[in-house]
Amino acid sequence: MPRDFLKDVKDKYDVIVIGSGLAGLTSANILGRAGYDVLLLEQHYKLGGMATWFKRPKGHIFDISLHGFPYGMLKSCRRYWNQEIADRIVPLRGILFDNPQFTLKTTYDRASFTDLLQSKFGVAEATIKEFFDTARGMNFYDDQNLTTKELFERFFPGRNDITRLLMEPITYANGSTLEDPAITYGIVFSNFMSKGVYTFQGGTDLMIGLMKDELEANGVDIRINCSAEKINTEHGKVKSVTVNDRDIQCRSVVSNANLLTTIFKMVGEEQFDKDYLEDAKAVRVNNSSTQVYMALGPEDHIDRDTGDLLFTSTAERFETNRLLSRDITSRTFSVYYPDTRPHDQRERHLIVSSTNARWEDWGNLDNEAYEASKQDLIETTLDALEKYLPNARERVVYTEAATPRTFYHYTRHHEGASFGTKFEGLPVSQALPSQITGLYHAGSVGIIMSGWLGAINYGVIVSNEVDQLLMQ
Amino acid sequence: MTSAEIRAAIIDILETIAPDEDLTNLDDAKEFRDQMELDSMDFLDIVMELRKRYRVQVPEEDYENLVSMASTVSYLEPKMVDIPAE
Ligand SMILES: Cc1cc2nc3c(=O)[nH]c(=O)nc-3n(C[C@H](O)[C@H](O)[C@H](O)COP(=O)(O)OP(=O)(O)OC[C@H]3O[C@@H](n4cnc5c(N)ncnc54)[C@H](O)[C@@H]3O)c2cc1C
Repeated sequence: MPRDFLKDVKDKYDVIVIGSGLAGLTSANILGRAGYDVLLLEQHYKLGGMATWFKRPKGHIFDISLHGFPYGMLKSCRRYWNQEIADRIVPLRGILFDNPQFTLKTTYDRASFTDLLQSKFGVAEATIKEFFDTARGMNFYDDQNLTTKELFERFFPGRNDITRLLMEPITYANGSTLEDPAITYGIVFSNFMSKGVYTFQGGTDLMIGLMKDELEANGVDIRINCSAEKINTEHGKVKSVTVNDRDIQCRSVVSNANLLTTIFKMVGEEQFDKDYLEDAKAVRVNNSSTQVYMALGPEDHIDRDTGDLLFTSTAERFETNRLLSRDITSRTFSVYYPDTRPHDQRERHLIVSSTNARWEDWGNLDNEAYEASKQDLIETTLDALEKYLPNARERVVYTEAATPRTFYHYTRHHEGASFGTKFEGLPVSQALPSQITGLYHAGSVGIIMSGWLGAINYGVIVSNEVDQLLMQ
Repeated sequence: MTSAEIRAAIIDILETIAPDEDLTNLDDAKEFRDQMELDSMDFLDIVMELRKRYRVQVPEEDYENLVSMASTVSYLEPKMVDIPAE
């Protein structure tokens, strides 16, 4: 007999949350804490979605998406999770840029950028101030026609180097390009810029573990290895969810699964208005990623001066398109020192290299070509690392690569999308409950609701609406 | 609740949302944003706390009433008049 992952599940819940990414986890926590009966379904055997990690023999633990997030995480974790989780959020101080246009180190906050833009790039202080204030003052209902490129041109005409400094990290953080609306840049950038880049001390595994404890304390019924197949409706309202051949009744559903999967596969086209479907079909997903995971031997160590987060490139000029190319010229290296996991006695040093990538370059390769392409990715990454870690090739004792296919496999996101959808996904996500009463989507959409903080905050925004509905 | 009690209730909520802010000199006529660091998530938290503590619903289109202490209290008065003070 296969194990029944739904053993003793109830017949009916107030809320069923589909998916345990950070948005799903946060929704489940808030609604559980508010006293509702919550069922959380996750198709994978681990919670966390893209906030994940993996272990390899000899004590290596690799984090997938723990490269950095804004200060706002601290507040959100304190309020929507607990103090213990918030207390582990610490700053990353060594942010490095190295490319043919400039090489510099920054703490990635407004003071540091103001200083650099004046001293290294020769920009007047007043212009810098105006730029920051403009970015900070942007709201998501502002003009969507202005592109990020136009925003930079307005303040720093002809300065591709400044565009690179201000844009490259954001492109890595959420896949946005110079053609995306300037408001997405403004909102995300002002979030990041206020107080630097932060990380979770203890590793993703510890954070998700602490979140699981909190969910259990708030009475959330958590079920792994449970893939929700169908969201069933009746008279325009959600009625139940089909999972592992069982129908479970509910008053509302929060889907943390991909927005398009939720609409087209789990609910079905026939349940929506024509106009809504048209908008939904026009939603573009964001790009995917590749990563190379590299571990040093147990006796070896990386000098702290190497930095924490290295934005490197060999491309002469900055173009967001090139960041997606299979012909990789730009990489972000995240360096993990032993204090990433202070409780771990093994004191390992690791490096994860990330690039943005397109599904088309990986999705359709036959097995042999795919394996060769992966190996090539590892080899070229080791070559590029040499500049920052001398003798990298001899010192790295373990390597592994992830591609858009890997991300698709683990999260079921269309084309392995790493950062949800482009901007137009947000209104489609928000309008879901106006199509089907009781059905909500919470998860990376619209660029601004992406990343760890964006996903958590969107989970909160959606829980507020669910609470409003259920209280009536 | 009287308007003074509503004001005290809002202060109590603000204290949990922004524990680092000193609220003793808050100017009721001025916007919250000009006196303390509040972002859109903070305003959402005020709405959620009001619902949790007093079962008062503030629909999204009414959020603009929460800009200052004075406007918040006058918006909430009719909604909270029948709620007994704690
Ligand atoms: C390589 C990479 C690096 C990143 N680095 C950073 C970073 O440094 N900082 C940062 O802030 N962000 C980073 N991100 C982005 C960040 O990880 C994501 O934006 C965020 O974790 C997404 O959360 P989410 O709630 O949208 O859902 P997801 O993490 O996408 O989770 C969705 C969950 O739903 C589950 N699911 C799907 N379908 C079903 C179903 N039918 N039934 C049950 N369960 C289902 C999936 O298994 C998954 O667990 C990175 C992402 C990638 C890919």
